[in-house]
Amino acid sequence: MSITIENLNYIYGKGTAYQANALRDINLTIEDGEFIGLIGHTGSGKSTLIQHLNGLLKADTGAIYIDGENIYQEKYSMKELRNKVGLVFQYPEHQLFEIDVFSDVCFGPKNQGLSKEEVEERAKKALQSVGLSEEFYKQSPFELSGGQKRRVAIAGVLAMEPKVLILDEPMAGLDPKGRDEILDEINKLHKERKLTIILVSHSMEDVARYADRLVVMNKGSIQFQGKPREIFCHYKELEQMGLAAPQITYLMYALKGKGFDVDCKAATVLEAKESIQNYFQAVKRQNREVGR
Amino acid sequence: MIRDITIGQYYPADSVIHRLDPRVKLVGTIVFLVSLFLFQDFSGYIAATIYLACVIKISKVPLKFMLKGLKSIFILLLFSVIFNLFLTDGETLIHLFWKVRITKEGLGIAVFMAIRLVYLIIGTSIMTLTTTPNDLTDGLEKGLRPLKKIHVPVHEIAMMMSIALRFIPILLEETDKIMKAQMARGADFESGNILQRAKSMIPILVPLFISAFRRANDLAMAMEARCYHGGEGRTKMKPLIYKRRDFIAYATFAIYLSVVVVINTVSKLL
Repeated sequence: MSITIENLNYIYGKGTAYQANALRDINLTIEDGEFIGLIGHTGSGKSTLIQHLNGLLKADTGAIYIDGENIYQEKYSMKELRNKVGLVFQYPEHQLFEIDVFSDVCFGPKNQGLSKEEVEERAKKALQSVGLSEEFYKQSPFELSGGQKRRVAIAGVLAMEPKVLILDEPMAGLDPKGRDEILDEINKLHKERKLTIILVSHSMEDVARYADRLVVMNKGSIQFQGKPREIFCHYKELEQMGLAAPQITYLMYALKGKGFDVDCKAATVLEAKESIQNYFQAVKRQNREVGR
Repeated sequence: MIRDITIGQYYPADSVIHRLDPRVKLVGTIVFLVSLFLFQDFSGYIAATIYLACVIKISKVPLKFMLKGLKSIFILLLFSVIFNLFLTDGETLIHLFWKVRITKEGLGIAVFMAIRLVYLIIGTSIMTLTTTPNDLTDGLEKGLRPLKKIHVPVHEIAMMMSIALRFIPILLEETDKIMKAQMARGADFESGNILQRAKSMIPILVPLFISAFRRANDLAMAMEARCYHGGEGRTKMKPLIYKRRDFIAYATFAIYLSVVVVINTVSKLL
């Protein structure tokens, strides 16, 4: 499923004293099966943008095409759209309401009008893919730990089997272990089920590891988009927007500044390690040649 | 959608009216409301209209926002006008059919009632549009302080009011968020009969109550951590102190009220 956004504008609080341009002229294409990292400072319009993608907010001007179809055309079914585009909100565990974990996950597919067997099958599959075993099914969602609650909430959206999964800061407020686990599971969904993923975050380290492409938003418009390696070259501009490049970028630039010829575009620790190793191997080889 | 509900409908602007002491505005509003019920004929309303127009002009709040409040009383307005117009006994002006007729008295009362209602709403809107809810409760607390003598827990009531007011926008935002999240999971709040629709509220109400309790708990903890112990001996960061403009405002109210009384007696004599 491809998503094309054309000249999207959204004005928040129209006609009140607090009117503000939340989105300005957004143009973006997302290919089928891509893993997009959407980054921006608080209030940059990330959350507003993703709510447009499944029709929860309606733009003032502009269009969104999903598989070539304009979602603002008459008779376009919003229900259909929400089945295709799954949206996991920030702190999704605050939306749990059922008496046990399993019924809560069933809520989404039940609304899709599926048969009971199919609903349960999907719920099981979704709970499995977020790593929750059967012992949790009959527990109250309010008795679980923060990380477990969040998995239940993500499973609630996954059970609808969307083609596109949008997650708004799924790691917020989790401990390092919990966040790594959630990120790994999201990545697995992307790899195994070929889901298109849009991951909203302001942690560069997290998105750099997984995303094919980064989209940087600032004050309601898209500032940069491209591969993580390319984006982090703009680390000075990113800082001005209240963001930062990953720590490793700073390290690589510092090394380069000291005269070591390493690859500054390394976006992850792994890439950096390779680049540094390569450099020292090259130095070693040179020394040997000189010695001979 | 949900943001259309405006309870704390404060309109930020920089005007003398905004800066007035909330107690002054409370008294002013009461004076204006009382004056509306003193009039017996139209000459009084001319005075009220001029007064209201001046206040609106000084407040720098667009008229559009004043009129917004009228939407909510439109039905009430319609009923009172229709009933007064057709069901008042008196000198017949137009006979429509059977016993339905418009009388001279009925017409007068209908117009009076309509103007009264509209002015009532606009008058109170000026206060809520120019005063933040917190200022308003502060004003109430200080204004009602004498009641403490007869053991009315004025401070506690004011504190509860300001907490309640403070939480309305937060809970509205929360409701909006939860609604959207459940809509993203395919929830439908619009179709079905009353029973189904009531049932579809459960996915909103349960998380909303949980979050309200959580917030109340957090707030109580935060207040205790900062040694809150009730109103006894508590001082304010911005104590309410009357300034020159407040006395001028009080004088204006007095002049307005006497003008109204004079107009009223004169028109009675004529």
